[in-house]
Amino acid sequence: MKIEEFPMLQEDLIYLDNGATTFKPKCVIEKMNEYYETYSANAHRGDYDISFKVDKEYEDARETVRKFINAKDKESIIFTSGTTESLNMIATGFFRKFLEPNDEILITKSEHASNVLPWFRLQNDCGAIVKYIPLDQSHYVTMENLKKVVTPNTKVIALAGITNVIGDERPMKEITKFAHEHNIFVVMDGAQSVPHRKTDVQDLDIDFLAFSGHKMCGPTGIGVLYGKKELLEEMEPVNLGGGMNESFDSPEEMYYKELPTRLEAGTPNIVGAIGLGEAIRFLEKIGMDNIEAYERHLRKYALDKLVQIPHVDLLNIEADGGILAFNVDGIFSQDVAYYLNKYKICVRAGNHCAKILKSEVGVTNSLRVSFYFYNTENDIDALVELLENKEKILKEML
Amino acid sequence: MNEELRREIIMEHYMQPKNRHRPNEDTYQMVNTNNASCIDNLDIYVKIEDQKIKDICFEGEACAISTSSTSIMIQNLIGKTIEEAKEYIKNFENMLNEQPYDSKQLKEGIVYEEIYKQGNRKHCADLPYEGIKKILDSYSQK
Ligand SMILES: Cc1ncc(COP(=O)(O)O)c(C=O)c1O
Repeated sequence: MKIEEFPMLQEDLIYLDNGATTFKPKCVIEKMNEYYETYSANAHRGDYDISFKVDKEYEDARETVRKFINAKDKESIIFTSGTTESLNMIATGFFRKFLEPNDEILITKSEHASNVLPWFRLQNDCGAIVKYIPLDQSHYVTMENLKKVVTPNTKVIALAGITNVIGDERPMKEITKFAHEHNIFVVMDGAQSVPHRKTDVQDLDIDFLAFSGHKMCGPTGIGVLYGKKELLEEMEPVNLGGGMNESFDSPEEMYYKELPTRLEAGTPNIVGAIGLGEAIRFLEKIGMDNIEAYERHLRKYALDKLVQIPHVDLLNIEADGGILAFNVDGIFSQDVAYYLNKYKICVRAGNHCAKILKSEVGVTNSLRVSFYFYNTENDIDALVELLENKEKILKEML
Repeated sequence: MNEELRREIIMEHYMQPKNRHRPNEDTYQMVNTNNASCIDNLDIYVKIEDQKIKDICFEGEACAISTSSTSIMIQNLIGKTIEEAKEYIKNFENMLNEQPYDSKQLKEGIVYEEIYKQGNRKHCADLPYEGIKKILDSYSQK
């Protein structure tokens, strides 16, 4: 990877907010421009050359995604607007018709809002009950704690593969194995894991997976819903309309198309899907294992330096993702973020959309630094140097 | 006012804000105010008698700008009638929005005279005012 491949890396910035979104390489931008400039047509209705080309590129992107997560069937890959839409489709389109009053949904307090609110809504709508798997001291999910809260009523376990504040990785393979032995479905929020390591949905035997393109060098507004084919067959389309219907005459006579089109009503985000396909090819060239190893190295490098600073309180000494959450003793996180911004370092301050996490970690707000493969040790050195001097922070944070 | 002095006043109000506590009687009205990035989060309590602000206190978590601005607001609004308070707020917000304003009337409030240059920090300075306006407005409608 060369930094010249990223226009944003030419800017005078140190970007450490990759958990929020990531920069796009030129090849992705160019691939999308190519659609706009040379074959800008709609999908699924091609009676002319450029429209054929759209279908081909769009379906190629689907195939690229399929291979990337090693799904068995192409029909298992549904393009959505992102993780949030995918998770809502899973909750509303699949589980709403399937769950009964008192059925239990297991999540944790470190889930992102997008993997909490759709389940809360099911509790309000159909009487299912959301319960929490207790986290251990380092805020990890352990099999032991999971087994403690599973009951005969447990029907679904919905977890982030890697969480977005703590950055802990969940033992998804063990979890699915145990869950399936007890007739429980497993939903994986892959927003923070799929961009950063190899994901093999067959090996994990996961039932549903959701992830976003923009967190993995792809465009905004595109994401993926993966589901086992036999489960997606049962999924109620949340949206009805053009593209997804086979024929219709009256409310009694509506016939829908097969997967995956059935779940992609309306004109899809064509250019988004094509851009995501290109982003995946870019990541594969670097190699997902290399990305994971390099980010682990960066995290360790940063951790070793940050633990030396007495006024930096780390929330997640132990973690697997390239995420560090911390506070500067006695200074509100947002003030520190403003201070770093003066030196063109971009970090996130706040609760990071994990609002129920505060009862776990005892801290409402924190700073979050999140890496991607284009970050360097120099980026970390610059951050550490600015954090070391508390007097300077207090002096310059306004 | 020079930058060093502004900084000093803001830090003083941040480190030792005026009336940061919850009220110990139930004659106060409460409003919660938080900003779009959902990180500053303040509860503001106001006690009004005979159209006059008798007391204000607050509790919550917020950045240096929001916290100090709340403290300075409290210092300036206690004792004012509802109409006077509204006048003060209008003047303060004019300053934030780069409109003509009367700097004398604002007293220490003018420490934020250049905050408009810092994008979203403007909202931090305005946060307590957005909150208290809701209470004052509900009062005038009664
Ligand atoms: C763990 C996790 N889940 C879900 C989401 C939501 O992703 P999106 O906003 O792309 O739908 C995020 C994004 O921050 C996340 O970190």
